[in-house]
This record gives sequence, structure tokens and C-alpha cells, in this order.
Amino acid sequence: MTDQTNNSKATRQDWMGLLARAPESALMPLWDKYEGRPNFEWLRSPEVGGVMVRGRTGGTGARFNLGEMTVTRCSLVLHDGTVGHGYVQGRSKPKAQAAALIDALMQTSAAGAVHDQVIAPLKGQMQTDRTDRASKAAATKVEFFTMVRGEDT
Amino acid sequence: MYVAVKGGETAIENAHAWLAEERRGATDIDELSIAQIREQLGLAVNRVMAEGSLYDPDLATLAIKQSRGDLIEAIFLIRAYRTTLPRFGYSNPVKTGEMACDRRISATFKDAPGGQVLGPTFDYTHRLLDFKLAAEGEVPAALTAQPRTEATPHITEFLKGEDIIQDEPASDTTPGDLTREPMEFPSNRPLRLQSLTRGDEGFVLGMAYSTQRGYARNHAFVGELRIGKVGVEMDIPELGFAIDIGEIELTECETVNQFKGSKTEPPQFTRGYGLVFGQSERKSIAMALVDRALRWEELGEDNLGAPAQDEEFVLSHADNIQATGFLEHIKLPHYVDFQSELELVRKLRREAEERITPKEAAE
Repeated sequence: MTDQTNNSKATRQDWMGLLARAPESALMPLWDKYEGRPNFEWLRSPEVGGVMVRGRTGGTGARFNLGEMTVTRCSLVLHDGTVGHGYVQGRSKPKAQAAALIDALMQTSAAGAVHDQVIAPLKGQMQTDRTDRASKAAATKVEFFTMVRGEDT
Repeated sequence: MYVAVKGGETAIENAHAWLAEERRGATDIDELSIAQIREQLGLAVNRVMAEGSLYDPDLATLAIKQSRGDLIEAIFLIRAYRTTLPRFGYSNPVKTGEMACDRRISATFKDAPGGQVLGPTFDYTHRLLDFKLAAEGEVPAALTAQPRTEATPHITEFLKGEDIIQDEPASDTTPGDLTREPMEFPSNRPLRLQSLTRGDEGFVLGMAYSTQRGYARNHAFVGELRIGKVGVEMDIPELGFAIDIGEIELTECETVNQFKGSKTEPPQFTRGYGLVFGQSERKSIAMALVDRALRWEELGEDNLGAPAQDEEFVLSHADNIQATGFLEHIKLPHYVDFQSELELVRKLRREAEERITPKEAAE
């Protein structure tokens, strides 16, 4: 695999992961504002299912099945033949459809516009939420100080 | 024996209509919204997700509303829903070492890198009822400090160099899945952990407590407890690579247990492991203690005959939906069964009386 395809794989992993993790309430208003939605045909219309989440014993050891989570997936093709896949957490079919369309558009000449209007602001919002929680956690970090008791002989 | 009996349709319909009315409560009080339950009763939602074995906060919330707050009933609803979902696949193991920690404490290492981060905890509260909560009011904002941006490594990583704590070597053996095949005994650690993480919190807590009180005591310390979000990654066949398919909140507990060594293992610290959906601290500590107790055989320890060492006992009774199903079915009509029992007892009584009566007549 060339560096370039590695790179494009990594960036696609990036945006697909972002779309999967994004709360519907954060993604949809951005997507609703985006103009220039393409026509498409379904390859697989949105379907709700479960994924068994795995962990490892002791965090690093043997794999075990932890429990399931809900996931909605779909696949579609734009009229120029670009295929988009949506795999998103939860049970929202509109969110899965938006994710698949964004995935397809990100592979076309519309990528720049979609990135600027949807991906970048979404990433920013999610990073802000994450930093907010990390900042609150940091304020609860224990600062130890030592008290000396008794006489030093 | 089961005999079909018809009847009671109207009574059942009317009972359910009354249930709906009772669920709603007094109509001059505002109805609870799903969002209110999800946001304000989050730990109940977490418990339903953990024991329902399905991570979906909105569904767990709906189940709590529908069950009038009966959490086992809510878990039952989630388990029933879960069976209707097609299984898309299995995720890659979650990387808890990369967790964005809201809370991370250790009872054994004061100065662990990353520090002792308390998070939104009930610990150190006075457990006095706060009557201010009975009145509506503004909540002061939580304070903030410079956030940590790097990942917080597991504490056991720091002990590994010394070879003084038992290692958990990675293995990619496909684990058994008790949602696919029924549990068989003897089982193995991956299956035990799957069973414990969805087990009833009260039951797992009771079992863990029994080990602390001396029934197979294993001298546990909480080496590390962490709560936070981790990404869930899955290989997507149509893409040919893995992507994050979501993010879930988890509670992870690793116990460090004193161990004098056995016929097969040198003296070292051993470990118990708990990993549970959501912020579920009590459950994950309890799970780690029970996990450790159940490892007696692999560590070459003696079987002391303690309940927490008996995997068949623990795993067969940990599931509150199985337990509820069997327990509560005895309240359903058993008229024919009981009729035959009644006949039998009457017959035995008659025979007993007949044995006594002739004697009395002879005297």
C-alpha cells in the first residue's frame, strides 16, 4: 500500500469514526444547513442492529464479550458512482443516511465544502465537549501534602 | 402438566389499562420526559444498560419509564428487545488504557502517573439528605483546571517491570458467547466475565462481600478504578479496515490481590478484573473480587468450598432475568397442577384417618 492510500484510509477512518461517535443532535443541524445534497440510490437501506463489544481480561489479556451496543448502518451510491457507507452508534436512520452521504461526498470534489461546513465544526464541538469534561476531571485531582508528626530524633 | 384454559381476557385488558394509568400517576403533576430520566437518573440508566447487556441510553431510559422504575423489569424489556436485533459483528477489544477518564483512583499507589482523579463521586459526601434538592434551584458550575491531554496508563503497567504482579498476556482466541451458546461447566474466564458483567448487581455484590468476610478471602485492594469514555472499533468488511462505530462509557476495576504463591505460581500479586457498561463502580469492584475468587483453580489455590469459588453456583444464579422468570412463574395459574396436589393430599389424609379410626373403634 502506498503512503497516499494509507493516508486516505486514515482520513476516511477519521471522518467515519467522527460521524459514528457524533451525537445526532450535533450532526443533524450542521448537515441540515449544508446545501448541495446529491441524489443517490440505496445499496443497503438503513438497518438497525447490534454489535457485540469486546474487552480484554485485565485490560490487556484474553478477549471476552462485554455486551452489545446498537448500531445503524447503510450504504448508498451517488450518480457519479461514488459509494458511501454509514455506520453510526444508536438507532437513528436519518443519522446513518447523513453519515453515508457525507462519506460519499468526502470522496468527491465536494470534500472541501463538506469538510468546512460539517466535519470541521463537528470535530470542534466534540473536542470542546471532551476538553470540558477533562477540565472538570482535572479540578478533582488530589494534591497530596505531607504532614510531619512527632519529633525527629 | 399444562392444560390450556381460556378466560380472563377482559380482566387482563382492564388490568393493563389501570397499569398505564398508575404509571402516569396524578395528571396534575408533569409527566417525566425520556430526556429528564436519561439526564437526571443516569446511574439507573447505566444499571439497566449493564444488566440488559445493551449499550443504548435512550432505550434503557424508555424501559425505566415503561417499568415504572422497576429496574429488573426494565432490564427484562431490554433483554427482550436485544434478541430482535440482527448481529452485525463483534468489535475489536476496547482499549481501556486510552480511556478519557472522568475518574481514576488507586488505593495502592498514591503517586501513580496521571494522579488520583476523583471525578463526580458520592465518596466523601456525608450521606445526609439534602433538602435543598427538594426545591428547584440553580446548580453552581463545576470547577475546572488545566485538562490532561495525554492518555492515562494503567497502574499495573508500572509494576510489570518488577515481575511482581501476574501478567495478562494478550491472546486473540475467540471467546465463547453466552448469548449464542448456553453456558456449560466447567467454563472459562472470558465466559465468566461476560456472565458477571451482565449479572445482577445485588447478587454479585453479595458474592464479593462473602469473600471479604472470609469465604475464600483473597485480600483484595483496588489497584485501579477508572471511569470514562472509550471508542469502539470494528472491522468493516466492505471497507477493508476498522473504524470507530461509537463511543461508550465504561467502569473498569483492577484489584491487586495478595498471593503467597502455590504449587504452580511464585509469590506475587494476582489480579481480579471488572469491566461494566456506564458509571457502575460498585458493580465493577464486586465483579473483580468474584472474578479473582473464581480463578482459584488456574492459580493452584485450594478449593475451600466457598460459594464464591463455585462457578456453577455463581454463574447459574447471577442472571436476574433467568431468576425472575423462574421465580415469578410460580404466581401464574397452576390450577391443574394444584388440583392434582390437592387430590393427593386429601387421599393421604383419608388413608391416615382410616388407619387411626379402626383402632379407636376396637378399644
